[in-house]
Amino acid sequence: MQQEIICTNCPMGCHVIVTLEGDQIVSITGNTCPRGEAYARAEVTDPKRTITTTVGIIGGGVLPVKSDRAVSKRRISEFMEKIHQVYAVRPVHIGDKLIEDLDGDGANLVATQNAE
Amino acid sequence: MFDVAIIGAGIIGGMTARELSRYQLKTVILEKCHDVAMGTTKANSAIVHAGFDAEPGTLKARLNVQGSEEMEQICQDLGVKYQRNGSLVIAYREEDLPMVQVLYERGLQNGVKNLAVLNQEELLALEPSLSDQALGALYAPTGAIVCPYELNIASVGNAMDNGTELMLDYQVTGIEVQEDGFLITGTGEPVKARFIVNAAGVYSDKIAEMVGDHSFTITPRKGQYMLLDHDCVGTIRHTLFNVPSKMGKGILVSPTVDNNLLLGPTAENQEDREDVSTTQEGLNMVQQNALKVVPKVNLRGVITAFAGLRAVGSTGDYILTSPVKGFWNAGGVESPGLSSAPAIASYLVEHMAEQGLVLEPKPDYNPYREALHAFNNMTIEEKNQVIRENPLYGHIVCRCETISEGEIVDAIHQNPPARDLDGVKRRTRAGMGRCQGGFCGPMVTEILAREWNIPLEEVTKFGGASYLNVGKTREVKDHE
Amino acid sequence: MNKVDLVIIGGGPAGMGAAVAAYDAGVRDILVLERDHRLGGILEQCIHNGFGLHRFKEELTGPEYAWRFEKELHARGIAYRLNTMVLDITPDKVVTAMNSEEGVFQIQAGAVILAMGCRERPRGALNTAGTRPAGIYTAGTAQRYINIMGYMPGKKVVILGSGDIGLIMARRMTWEGAKVQMVLELMPYSGGLTRNIVQCLQDNNIPLLLSHTIVDIHGKDRVEGVTIAEVDERRQPKMETAQYVECDTILLSVGLLPENELSKKASVPLDPMTSGALVDQRRMTEVPGIFACGNVLHVHDLVDYVSEEAEIAGRGAAAYLGISGENYGAEDQAHITVKPAKGVRYTLPQRISAVEDTTVFFRVTDVHKAVKVVVKADGEVIQSRRRPRVAPGEMETVNLNAKTLADCTGKTLTIEIEEV
Repeated sequence: MQQEIICTNCPMGCHVIVTLEGDQIVSITGNTCPRGEAYARAEVTDPKRTITTTVGIIGGGVLPVKSDRAVSKRRISEFMEKIHQVYAVRPVHIGDKLIEDLDGDGANLVATQNAE
Repeated sequence: MFDVAIIGAGIIGGMTARELSRYQLKTVILEKCHDVAMGTTKANSAIVHAGFDAEPGTLKARLNVQGSEEMEQICQDLGVKYQRNGSLVIAYREEDLPMVQVLYERGLQNGVKNLAVLNQEELLALEPSLSDQALGALYAPTGAIVCPYELNIASVGNAMDNGTELMLDYQVTGIEVQEDGFLITGTGEPVKARFIVNAAGVYSDKIAEMVGDHSFTITPRKGQYMLLDHDCVGTIRHTLFNVPSKMGKGILVSPTVDNNLLLGPTAENQEDREDVSTTQEGLNMVQQNALKVVPKVNLRGVITAFAGLRAVGSTGDYILTSPVKGFWNAGGVESPGLSSAPAIASYLVEHMAEQGLVLEPKPDYNPYREALHAFNNMTIEEKNQVIRENPLYGHIVCRCETISEGEIVDAIHQNPPARDLDGVKRRTRAGMGRCQGGFCGPMVTEILAREWNIPLEEVTKFGGASYLNVGKTREVKDHE
Repeated sequence: MNKVDLVIIGGGPAGMGAAVAAYDAGVRDILVLERDHRLGGILEQCIHNGFGLHRFKEELTGPEYAWRFEKELHARGIAYRLNTMVLDITPDKVVTAMNSEEGVFQIQAGAVILAMGCRERPRGALNTAGTRPAGIYTAGTAQRYINIMGYMPGKKVVILGSGDIGLIMARRMTWEGAKVQMVLELMPYSGGLTRNIVQCLQDNNIPLLLSHTIVDIHGKDRVEGVTIAEVDERRQPKMETAQYVECDTILLSVGLLPENELSKKASVPLDPMTSGALVDQRRMTEVPGIFACGNVLHVHDLVDYVSEEAEIAGRGAAAYLGISGENYGAEDQAHITVKPAKGVRYTLPQRISAVEDTTVFFRVTDVHKAVKVVVKADGEVIQSRRRPRVAPGEMETVNLNAKTLADCTGKTLTIEIEEV
């Protein structure tokens, strides 16, 4: 089986072809640099994304937050559910942790804006 | 029991209400929309016509000239912008020149003052941005421009200040003729009134039918417009008409009192009384005409396009009739309806008096309405005075038109109060500028929610189902 | 009247970057005027990540990027006023501003930096026919609703325009539970970053329809649907391809316009191609002492470049004020005109002098693979560089060293694209 991945590392947007036999990657072609290969490999096995969204603030308003590292793309809706349950308390500052270990793999949910 | 119930809060209803509010009468305006000025009044050419168009001897001719003469004073009393910029009716072909002469003669017969026929040289000297294809024109220096919804809002507001009631979201569904007057039913408590003024615009034939009057019908005629940004006005000063054809007065180019450039309207008869959508063909036609009149017009400066419906009556003239004693039609008020509105109002009130409406002057009648602070036109000292009194005037909400929070809050609390986003826009011009509310829309929505003390999701663009958002992304928690 | 050495209009990334750079070049008397209730500008609502890769070598969200600069302002004690609207600037640099506390006040500035940013092109500019119901928003307005106010503009969305804000909002609304039906793009290519097409659209199975547009809008009170159609090479809709798509919300992401109303009041001449001021390599406009940087000058693809440009303007203003010791005198006047040629939409700065190495920014008109960027002086090639790929959505640069430029004094430089 072949999968076509558009590399997003730079504006080149290489179309990288990943050939699979079962779960095993047998070849990666079409990339122009090693970053392309690494990206395509990750996209095929377990693609990761940084979540950016908001949480409610007690008393009203919303606070922008992010996962402080990329999390499994396939589980984003599960994480969003979790994030919806959390509320920030003023004052809150950039970098403050709102959920520790969001994904069971060490990614935390942190504030990305100050709310005094 | 009301003395008079006016059906429709457009310019005719508003002006009539104001005229009635001079007297010791109990008057109510019933309006089916969420605000006043929601029909023909909010989307027309914004012209106070000099009065050379209408066939001499018609109501249109008489009331246009009369209304046009009264307009400046009324605008001054109501704090409404009015500009006597003069009109030009331009001929582009040799065979159109005789028509200029015909209009001139007609204008004289109608009693229009200071008319003149201009040759090409005189015309281009007066309006240098015109195409050199323009051969000559009729010049009517008494032609003027006004903002129709501003005038409408002000007239209803002034009537309310003098005791008139306004019932919004009240759609009339039936009228019962009773011995001592009328019982009006609709989407609210029934209303009893001794007199009715039917100023229902494109629905005026339907309202007339409710008292058994089938003497006229209304055909909605769509007019599409485009509005251009301030810097597109350039040197254009006059309202620029083309020599009329069978299809009406044709498409015009005119500055507005708010210093935009207005292009339009098309003239398309239709059956639908609600459809005010624009079409690609219509907008193209409007643009092509503009290029013909003022070839250098910058069409990239278009801020918005919109359409309105003229209520074209089946008789060709205004239908100011009383099919049943006490019930007065103001039907078929198409162009020059805005110009005629003050005169139509006086006409109706006089005729109701003949039918027994007692006009006892109100001792405390106040003909003046305080305009919202025209903050833009103030000196620095005046601005500082206003900001000291109300710091909200120091907070600009609409960047494009420089409109402050103070003006918006005042518009929400003045008669008739602004209840929705478009209502604020029409009263203050917040959102009327080049970004069309992109920046200020959400802020005005918040101000409306705060001042009316309603949840943000209940604020609408113009009432009904015109909701702006579907609710919060996160539930609000007050405590952990 | 109060006198201030340097007044900066706008406290977004451009204004803050310029303030810090001017301070570091020796200017101490600086005042930043910001209309919002906090510094940061539009970045405060851009809560997605991807900012700062060039500058900080890490991926920040918009508010985090802004905060880095705000901290720099605080550390230097640079003065700023919030909730303050600038009403007027005169060519001799009298700035009239207003807020609730101080009312209207005037400042005589030694130098002014314009950093007002840009705004989105609204529906009116598109001449899209149809009704005018509620539910038509620019992507940025929707972004403000969701990210700042915490309200959802709608549930079923069609997005017109595949610029980055449109793409970002497609994902944002999807993550908040809306159904994004499709993104339509008038051009045969997207103006957005590949990364956003992949992560915002493909990740969420949102179709991107190139060479498509909205030809009619339906719904009386609230949007009920749109008629979409494919367009031909001349971007005219092919009505036989028209189809109805149900939606309650239309988001427009159809371009940004530099917000130059104040510049016009100050009689600053504008470049019709950028809709921003004509500037020299230090970002001084043709009105002496008035500088411009960031999206008010030309719309940038990355905020990192805004910061870079802001620093050039900040240092330029310091030099103009005679504070940094650099000379902004006669020999430093701009002598070389820079113009776009084949395949290039605009160049910036539009005039340069030969005193220093200068980077010229430009945007191309079409997508190309494998091209040469050719710089000519009065028609003679002076530099040629290969590029693997260029696209209108991405800012391109050429670096010209002072020595090369010295030979070009009095000449017109052109930048063009040659297919290889």
